[in-house]
Amino acid sequence: MHIVDRRLNPSGKNLANRQRFMRRAKSQIRKAVHESAGSRSIKDADEGGEVVLPAQGVHEPSFRRSGTGGIRDHLLPGNKEYIAGDTIQRPPNGGGGSGSEGSPDGDGEDDFRFALSRDEFVDLFLEDLELPDLAKRRVVNTDALVYHRAGYSVSGSPANLALNRTVRNSLSRRIALRRPKPEEIQALKDEIAALEGAEDEARRAALEEELARKLRRSGVIPYIDPLDVRYRRFEAHPKPVAQAVMFCLMDVSGSMTEHMKDLAKRFYVLLYIFLKRRYKNVEVVFIRHTHQASEVDEDTFFNSPETGGTVVSTALEEMQRVIDERYSPDNWNIYAAQASDGDNTASDNDKTAALLTKVLLPACQYYAYLEVGRDSEHFPPGFIRRDSDLWQTYSTIIRNGAPMAMRKVGHRRDIYPVFRELFAKKTGAEAAAE
Amino acid sequence: MSSTLIRAERPLFEGADWEFGTIQRCYDAIEKVALNEMGLDVYTNQIEVIGTEQMLDAYSSIGMPLFYKHWSFGKHFSRNEAMYRAGMQGLAYEIVINSNPCISYIMEENTAMMQTLVMAHAAFGHNHFFKNNYLFQQWTDANGILDYLEFAKDYIMSCEERYGEAQVERLLDAAHALMSHAVHKYPRKRAADLRSEEKRERERREHDEKVFNDLWRTVPGKENTRHDPTAAEQRKALLELPQENILYFMEKTAPRLAPWQREVLRIVRIIAQYFYPQSQTKVMNEGCATYSHYTIMNRLHEKGLLTDGAMVEFLSSHTNVVFQPEFDDRRYSGINPYALGFAMMQDIERICTLPTAEDKQWFPHIAGCNDHMNVLRDVWANYRDESFILQYLSPKLVRHFGLFHVMDDASEPNLRVEAIHDERGYRKIKQALAKHYDVSWTSADIQVVDVNLAGDRRLILHHRALNRVLLEEKDARMVLQHLADLWGYDVLMKEVDPGTEAVLKEHAASPRPGIVQIEPT
Repeated sequence: MHIVDRRLNPSGKNLANRQRFMRRAKSQIRKAVHESAGSRSIKDADEGGEVVLPAQGVHEPSFRRSGTGGIRDHLLPGNKEYIAGDTIQRPPNGGGGSGSEGSPDGDGEDDFRFALSRDEFVDLFLEDLELPDLAKRRVVNTDALVYHRAGYSVSGSPANLALNRTVRNSLSRRIALRRPKPEEIQALKDEIAALEGAEDEARRAALEEELARKLRRSGVIPYIDPLDVRYRRFEAHPKPVAQAVMFCLMDVSGSMTEHMKDLAKRFYVLLYIFLKRRYKNVEVVFIRHTHQASEVDEDTFFNSPETGGTVVSTALEEMQRVIDERYSPDNWNIYAAQASDGDNTASDNDKTAALLTKVLLPACQYYAYLEVGRDSEHFPPGFIRRDSDLWQTYSTIIRNGAPMAMRKVGHRRDIYPVFRELFAKKTGAEAAAE
Repeated sequence: MSSTLIRAERPLFEGADWEFGTIQRCYDAIEKVALNEMGLDVYTNQIEVIGTEQMLDAYSSIGMPLFYKHWSFGKHFSRNEAMYRAGMQGLAYEIVINSNPCISYIMEENTAMMQTLVMAHAAFGHNHFFKNNYLFQQWTDANGILDYLEFAKDYIMSCEERYGEAQVERLLDAAHALMSHAVHKYPRKRAADLRSEEKRERERREHDEKVFNDLWRTVPGKENTRHDPTAAEQRKALLELPQENILYFMEKTAPRLAPWQREVLRIVRIIAQYFYPQSQTKVMNEGCATYSHYTIMNRLHEKGLLTDGAMVEFLSSHTNVVFQPEFDDRRYSGINPYALGFAMMQDIERICTLPTAEDKQWFPHIAGCNDHMNVLRDVWANYRDESFILQYLSPKLVRHFGLFHVMDDASEPNLRVEAIHDERGYRKIKQALAKHYDVSWTSADIQVVDVNLAGDRRLILHHRALNRVLLEEKDARMVLQHLADLWGYDVLMKEVDPGTEAVLKEHAASPRPGIVQIEPT
């Protein structure tokens, strides 16, 4: 009998099969992922987790006898009242006496549920999207350094001693200078000892002399010389900024309904996942505003009601304050997403535009404005809807070529397409045109 | 026996923890009981300790330690993993492979008692059954299976490299769909030797390469003018029709498959054949293993090698395994093979040692013979589920389970109780239950009956609809589509009533391009 411990075997033996399965069911998994993403909170939106697939696409068919029709018999345990010749009402499912014979393999046509890892989830979720190319802008001017191995040096700290290299050098030097090996010396000594008492004095004297010479030589030529010693060398490279901050700005005045907030939240979730994918460290700042703005936590941001007028520039001022205080544009990639129903106090529009173009946009990588509308906004034919104050204001800014985009969203099913539109990978021609 | 019993100084283990020394100690103690007292005959054992993920792995590749790659295994893995993570499904304590040496996987999470139990169950119970049962001896080659799987894995991988993953996947999809009808149910002239399979395939390829001469292609053939009136019979004889092993027929006869495709079909077919005995001996196999572990654990306890605490833990898990819910119970999902198998083995022991008058009348050849191990070993060697139940299901067990037989005729408004556990019913119930374990009764009887070689090459299959139970239509269409893809021409399946030969239903499929080149019609 042998006992073998297989627990140490490399895991992930089934990875190849799993990938094949994922590829096979890709379109279905993608759909399931997009559906499940809507119902998550911002921070755990990219946790991976369970998705449910309809069984159809990955069904493995076989010739099976059908569960209904024909003559069939059942053998059941646990008889209590029946005697031969009794008739029994057919159970409503028509599956026969037991109701469980219909599905021989036990799984029938149930939906197929399985767990995706975080990476698989996000990969599918953000397929074909990319950040605007601006992200690289801040790579150079930073003073964070990271060390990479870069060959060997003759000086360094003992902790970095390159043992293999040192011994290799020592070995080649010893060979080159013909330092006697310990075995040779031992062999000589043995031979002299063997000659002890023998007549051959001349031979013995020659050997003694030889031995003395070798011993001297091995004393003069050291085993390891300072010349041999090498150290691992490290080179410093500037570390690219791998952190981002995401500003969520939202109008919470009375005109924003729950539905609108829900739309905004979904958009923020998407943006958060997306940034998380590109940056190791993503921080989120929530700023809500009415006629005054404040920085709040996520829960308050989405849930606590507030009343007041609408002055957008207050939020921008608050954002500017936070940036100055904590997120220097030199070290942080700054993204902002603003959601609003488009209302603004008329007198504030110029101030808003000025703040954005002069102060915020130069600091930001990307600024997205999302105008949320009511789900069921129908206008009588012939009625042309006037663009909102903010929309008009921002249009002029975008026309001047700022890193900014805006979209209108009315229904939650539009959120994901809009998001994709904003971040879709530019094809070659488009990229060249910009 | 207990009078001569020398109680052990100390038990094999105390508490739940174990280490490799414990396992070795337990194994030795079990071996002593199994070989000396029960007279079991086993392959050399190899016990492998594995973790959760590896157990899930083994699940998805039908328990085999190495297997070729296919998306369906990933699917099963993902589903089992999700169910396990959600706590909806526990994992098996062990998996045992019919190979020589016999490999048993045991889970690292098991307690020391559980490791003892699974070794008694798998490494001795199942192992003895694999080595001695005639079906396994006839159909499987325990020495060669691991080598063959290795060959299969490498061969399919090399096909993927040469012809592309998509090609191989399409082919395997089709082959898997037909896997349930890819076994020879009766022994053919020569038993398959798995080890030589691999050699033969290599030699065949070498030979083909050696004798290849492009000139043969240019030699004008003889004009074939002879037209035999009995061409239909000749053709059928030549193609070995009717043929119920559909995959075998495809491998040998499908006109447009490439040689490597035939080899892949062959691999799937041989693996299906390897598992064929297991599906016919579920009750006996589990019965044998459960009876063995029950006997061994009790003996260990008698000898003082198991603490009372471990024994209680064992009994609790044993009774869970052999629990049979009644038909109106929410937990009922068919007859539990562990329960039925264990009950029947214990019943045979009872008949041998303490027979009643009824037993003497029903089983005169074994009642009171007092050598139950001999009888059991003979049973384990020479029966399969169907014949075993037909022979050994005693009236006492029919009463014990309260078995009753219900007839369900779709043309009648009500179900009818045919037989219950009474004097008139024993035999009927025995026969009906045995039929449930007869593969020729449970799996659909589908045969390739004819092919029009001269004309449109349409393949014709018959499903002989036993008791007028038709095939699951959606599935049948999908499988038929796969079959057409392999065949390369149209396929027609008729479902016929075996009594009247009336055609109940017809399905047809035309090939899609993908596996073989399709000629434009």
